[in-house]
Amino acid sequence: MDLDFAIEHLPRLLKAAKLTIELTLLSLFFGIFVGVFFAILRTGNSKVLYYISYYYSYIFRGTPLLVQIFIIYFGLAQLEWIRESFLWVFLKEPYSCAILAFTLNTGAYSSEIFRSAFETINKGIIEAAEGLGLSKLNTFFKIKLPIAIRQSLPAYGNEMILMLKGTSLASTVTLLDLTGVAKHIISTTFRPVEVFIVAGSIYLLMTFVIHNVIKLLEKKYNYT
Amino acid sequence: MGLLAYGDTGWGDELFFATLMTIAVALAAMFIGFFLAAIFASFKLSKNKILNLIGGFYTTVFRGVPELLVIYLFFFGGSGAVMYVARIFGYDGYIEVNAFLTGAFSIGIISGAYSTEVFRGAVQSIDKGQFEASEVLGFKKKIYYYKIIIPQMLRLALPNISNVWQITLKDTSLISVTGLVEIMRQSYIAAGSTRDPLFFYSFAAVLYLLLTFLSLKMFNRLEKNYSKGY
Amino acid sequence: MKNKFKLFLSSIAALMILFSSVKADSIRIGTEGAYPPWNAKDESGKLIGFEVELANWLCIYMKADCTLVEQDWDGMIPGLIMRKYDAIMAGMSITDERMKTINFSQGYADEVASLAVMKGSSLEGMDTPKAINLSTGGGAAKKALKTLTAALAGKTIGVQTATIHQNFLESGDVGSVKIRTYKTQDEVNLDLAAGRIDAALAAAVAFTDYAEKSGKPVVLVGPTFSGGAFGNGVGVGIRKDDAALLKKFNAAINQARKNGKISELAIKWFGFDASM
Repeated sequence: MDLDFAIEHLPRLLKAAKLTIELTLLSLFFGIFVGVFFAILRTGNSKVLYYISYYYSYIFRGTPLLVQIFIIYFGLAQLEWIRESFLWVFLKEPYSCAILAFTLNTGAYSSEIFRSAFETINKGIIEAAEGLGLSKLNTFFKIKLPIAIRQSLPAYGNEMILMLKGTSLASTVTLLDLTGVAKHIISTTFRPVEVFIVAGSIYLLMTFVIHNVIKLLEKKYNYT
Repeated sequence: MGLLAYGDTGWGDELFFATLMTIAVALAAMFIGFFLAAIFASFKLSKNKILNLIGGFYTTVFRGVPELLVIYLFFFGGSGAVMYVARIFGYDGYIEVNAFLTGAFSIGIISGAYSTEVFRGAVQSIDKGQFEASEVLGFKKKIYYYKIIIPQMLRLALPNISNVWQITLKDTSLISVTGLVEIMRQSYIAAGSTRDPLFFYSFAAVLYLLLTFLSLKMFNRLEKNYSKGY
Repeated sequence: MKNKFKLFLSSIAALMILFSSVKADSIRIGTEGAYPPWNAKDESGKLIGFEVELANWLCIYMKADCTLVEQDWDGMIPGLIMRKYDAIMAGMSITDERMKTINFSQGYADEVASLAVMKGSSLEGMDTPKAINLSTGGGAAKKALKTLTAALAGKTIGVQTATIHQNFLESGDVGSVKIRTYKTQDEVNLDLAAGRIDAALAAAVAFTDYAEKSGKPVVLVGPTFSGGAFGNGVGVGIRKDDAALLKKFNAAINQARKNGKISELAIKWFGFDASM
């Protein structure tokens, strides 16, 4: 391991890590809303909405993220009506295409996590809340959601780490994230091992942070 | 649909063989993963602190670093490493580690990290009493492992193995960056040549859905078979 | 422990060797297969293009048994160094930067680079000479670069990664444009046609070929570029320690030039004589 080499390239990699963090956080943020939304559809009474949610999650979990990001970035740009619509402002940029793909992907996984969390909530608690005269909305936000969050924390923590790793695919649509820059350095300097160690350590550091944040949250939300 | 014609005029045959390639790489990676998982799960379960550490290091690194980065390491570094070892043995020439092996190894090492956790979890969930019971019955350690622990472990681990398989199957799409002609690479080539990326990437998505669907069916059947008699 | 690890490593190596092919006798030539009309693939997945045919002829002249090896552009030079193949014929321009790592044969074809835009772009009709040479152009070239700098300010320009075109844009000769790098020229073309980038920079023939085959209104603008960052023509890339092969290729290229083979193939694939 050549330390000078690592130090020479570290600033560039750290700068790229900023983009990785940005992509991860934004996708997770939007993904939570998408996930909760589709989880609610799944637990509701409408058969149509149930199937919409079911197939959404099925398709996005059953195909590789790489295919999804390619369809959104290269595929949609091929359609003239998309390019002429207002959507193009958004789909024109690789940055927003990546966020869209990541959001839909993590949304699908999160919807499953949240769904099973909602389903495990004890019926008695809901009945008790309703018995106490809480409105449906209040029951949802004050009772169901907090319990569901607590329930889904461990699984959601895993999903966060998977998403962090997933953002490496941004490099396939021209974005220079941590993996993209690492690849560039490898192909110009031909030092795969060193670059892997440095870039890999940065990723592991981020994984470590996510891991501990989740642990902290688990403690905080632990009512039992 | 002319685009999917079988033969020289369309991409049907190419995509068919690419699908077979995807399955082959995924299977090879899964087996390499099992092999590694058997080693590292026993490390993680061992009483030896150093072995624990090695096992932990393996699963942490390969579950925490993006697949693409691991693939680049093996793709750009793989041949170099093999040639380095070969040189120690006195062979000084180019050894081509083909794209299939590079792909299967890089995906296999990642898959193995997930399988390690699955195996470890399965062993740990086996009732402690059974260890004691078999000791009382005077089973040899080896017999005891092969006849009692491993069959049970497989049954317990099956749903999770199914998950690892799905991850592995989807991860193979990333090998396309190394030039191995699997579904994704073939779609990429076809999309470039016909300038119709939407069609070919959507078709690739359908192929992957088909594969994940079929393998889920198969695992469900296996699970049913294995749970007979318990 | 250490011994066990060594045993583990060597058994993996042995396994890999078992599955790997060791080829020594034939010349393996690396090409990308994604840079038409230099090198590309037809519907059946077969490699075609100017360099594919030229490689065949050069091998006939060298009386060598050759195989073409496909390699993505961004791993082209690493692949040569790792001895995945012995020579590169992939539209690779001879530049000082690349000469630091590998050797080049004499050039076999000259490519001029050009900017391309979609018809109707504001960049059309720039007042520049038809062609500039960055090495010998002097004042006229400087003036043209100034015009370009003003016209391109704030524009996003797409290039294939690790190319002379990327180097040129990064050199600051045309100011600080926004550069977007792509894995293949195909992707550059797609995004140009989709309107994601304002302009693209590559070999002029790469754009004319795309415009012709796709029917998209891609047009060349500004001057054609040569010299300076654009290197000195396209040559065969060869490892530094492989002087014998370099000599062979140089002789074969000489022969192909003299008997008109290069010109013939260039006219077939480019539509004009690009031989040098």
